[in-house]
Amino acid sequence: MTGLRFGDGNPQYDRQGRLRHLLSIEGLREIDLLQILDTAESFLGIAQRAIKKTPTLRGRTLVNLFFENSTRTRSTFELAAKRLSADVLNIAASQSSATKGESLLDTVDNLMAMQVDGFIVRHPEAGAAHLLARHLGDRALVVNAGDGQHAHPTQALLDVFTIRRLAGPVEQQVVCILGDLLHSRVARALIHALSILGCPEIRVLGPRTLVPPEFASLGVQVHHDPRDALPGASVVYALRLQRERMESHRLPSLDEFHRRFGLTPERLALAAPGALVLHPGPINRGVEIGSAVVDGPQSVILAQVEHGLAVRMAVLSLLAGVGGHED
Amino acid sequence: MKTESRLIRGARLLDPCTGLDAVTDLAIDRGRILAVGELPAGFTPTEVIDGQGCCLCPGFIETSFQGHTPGSGRDGSLASELRAAAAGGFTSVLLRPDTSPVADTPGVIREQQAEAAAAGLIRVLPCGALTPGLRGRELSEMAALLEAGAVAFGQAQRSIEDTQLLRLALSYAADFDRTVLLHPEDARLAADGVMDEGPLSLRLGLGGRPRLAEDIGLYRDLQVARLARARVHFPTLSSAAAAEQIDAAQAAGQAVTAGVSIHHLLLTSQDIGTFNTHVKILPPLRDARQQEALRQALARGTLSVLSAQHEPWGPDHRGSTMTAAPFGIAAIEYLLPLALNLVRAGLLSMLQLVQRLTTGPAAALGLPLPSLAPGSVADLCLFDPEQPWEASANGWSVGDNHPYRHWELRGAVRLTLRDGRIVHRREP
Repeated sequence: MTGLRFGDGNPQYDRQGRLRHLLSIEGLREIDLLQILDTAESFLGIAQRAIKKTPTLRGRTLVNLFFENSTRTRSTFELAAKRLSADVLNIAASQSSATKGESLLDTVDNLMAMQVDGFIVRHPEAGAAHLLARHLGDRALVVNAGDGQHAHPTQALLDVFTIRRLAGPVEQQVVCILGDLLHSRVARALIHALSILGCPEIRVLGPRTLVPPEFASLGVQVHHDPRDALPGASVVYALRLQRERMESHRLPSLDEFHRRFGLTPERLALAAPGALVLHPGPINRGVEIGSAVVDGPQSVILAQVEHGLAVRMAVLSLLAGVGGHED
Repeated sequence: MKTESRLIRGARLLDPCTGLDAVTDLAIDRGRILAVGELPAGFTPTEVIDGQGCCLCPGFIETSFQGHTPGSGRDGSLASELRAAAAGGFTSVLLRPDTSPVADTPGVIREQQAEAAAAGLIRVLPCGALTPGLRGRELSEMAALLEAGAVAFGQAQRSIEDTQLLRLALSYAADFDRTVLLHPEDARLAADGVMDEGPLSLRLGLGGRPRLAEDIGLYRDLQVARLARARVHFPTLSSAAAAEQIDAAQAAGQAVTAGVSIHHLLLTSQDIGTFNTHVKILPPLRDARQQEALRQALARGTLSVLSAQHEPWGPDHRGSTMTAAPFGIAAIEYLLPLALNLVRAGLLSMLQLVQRLTTGPAAALGLPLPSLAPGSVADLCLFDPEQPWEASANGWSVGDNHPYRHWELRGAVRLTLRDGRIVHRREP
């Protein structure tokens, strides 16, 4: 009965089945995911050289279009593009026409009139990157740098890259993600990436107000007690807890959250020996994670940032290398 | 004015009021039905219409129609939207009060009637806001609204959070013996969700509106209406449990009616796919289980009204994200072919479908029941149930917010008559 065309298909791929935009991990083929990760390995070496540039994207112009604040993601995308020799335009919503009421698509059309080749977009509303990709089609590439609570594919890629590199094959990991899953695009993206790569056990941990039972529909084990969720975990991933959650009455206080779920050395000891600790940043020390863990030997939080650069170089070089973006 | 008289020959007449379902002739004179079958001697129509292969029934009545009058004009107005409704076979539409400004003063009600008269197409039935601004804080001046021409009171898509005020508003409205249309929803539980709460909303990272918000809101509204002895109508329900509640209330003798939109019968939340804003509607589309229960409730008559739930949004809303896009689908001109899918699926007979579009809504609103019997007002719809077509890029409505482009539509309205006068004609 449904003859719907609008939402059909996977807008990330072109008609030839090539990856055209990176919008979400969900719907990505394993082979493309692996290709990005393998390409990122080769870019990791470049950072160690004295001359850190490659000519891959020479002559291309990419726009960092950020409708939401970001330090890490925006700056690593910028650096990634520059190391690939692309020209980069940084547009932050606070100083752009968006605050004057211009719509997302009008902003993009104006930039397209300046012959740019691609957009790295962050937006507070879910689906913004899909909207942009549908609007642009083959004319320019779109990389989703975070849309509302929906997706953040490059974060997930750098997370699995880090796990693969420092913990070993994803197929052998038990991953526990703790914190505010409900409002987290990072968690959604990571769950999809781990699933595609064959992670045998993904656990999510937090209070029911932030980790509703419906998460089981994503193929994960839902836990509300660290004593159930942590034993045997080889990777513990703490999510940032936002202060707004207190105002919406999802938590009584940050202290109580820390009391129940905060990743302390004692709690981390419940996990497998030597388990890796990851966090997407920015960190709330003493809330979702204690300082002793952040700065401890099991933390790979800064390695994630380094890997983020290599992964974003890989994504940009692969997408910009697809025909149609060629001169 | 020239007196128009018409003879429609050989159509299948469907009269849900009398149960007539037969192929015969129908004569119209001076805006009324003159005769069915045997024609009076000496009747010479000014036009003879060949109705062979077509169905002829009373014009459809819509209970949820956003006419955007008064309004900004960007999203259409009565002029454009009544044209779309006429093209869909509708001869009367109840105007939703959530216009801008809200229909809570006699002036707005009069403006709506004046605009409709200027359009000269089909009938409008203004619905006064039950509470000023639909805010649910005070009572509207209902007597003044009725005097100005309102036929019912309603809250459009806003529920009244204050239960005491709801009770008082329904009690006060009951004095006037008019139907009150309510939007059953626990507003706090629904929060600012943009789609059905479930696995898909979780995956898309979109705020969900739980089904339970409707079930709880409906329970409260039904109980309060019973206490206040008010006649209430719920224009578009979306859940199985809601339909069951209506069943039980009707079985207990309560004066309550309810409807469902065609969209909730043909689409599910899965049709949102990757952020399709054209299926963003309130109440939200639910899962297949709810859809099936609603279809069955329509078939057995618990839900006695099939609604197009017409809510047009103009081109300025294109390119919005799911969160920013307004709720609503504009497809009144495609209602008939969409609804014929229910007949083809064996869910309803043709006569039952016509009933849900004519006498069902009329009874819910306390209007005289439309009929094809001689003497009745000649508000009629002649349609070809088989004609194939496709929704064009530019329909009559200013709103292009519907998901039915590229659908294979089968069945087309050939003529819409109001008071015996043709207000829409489509050549075969």
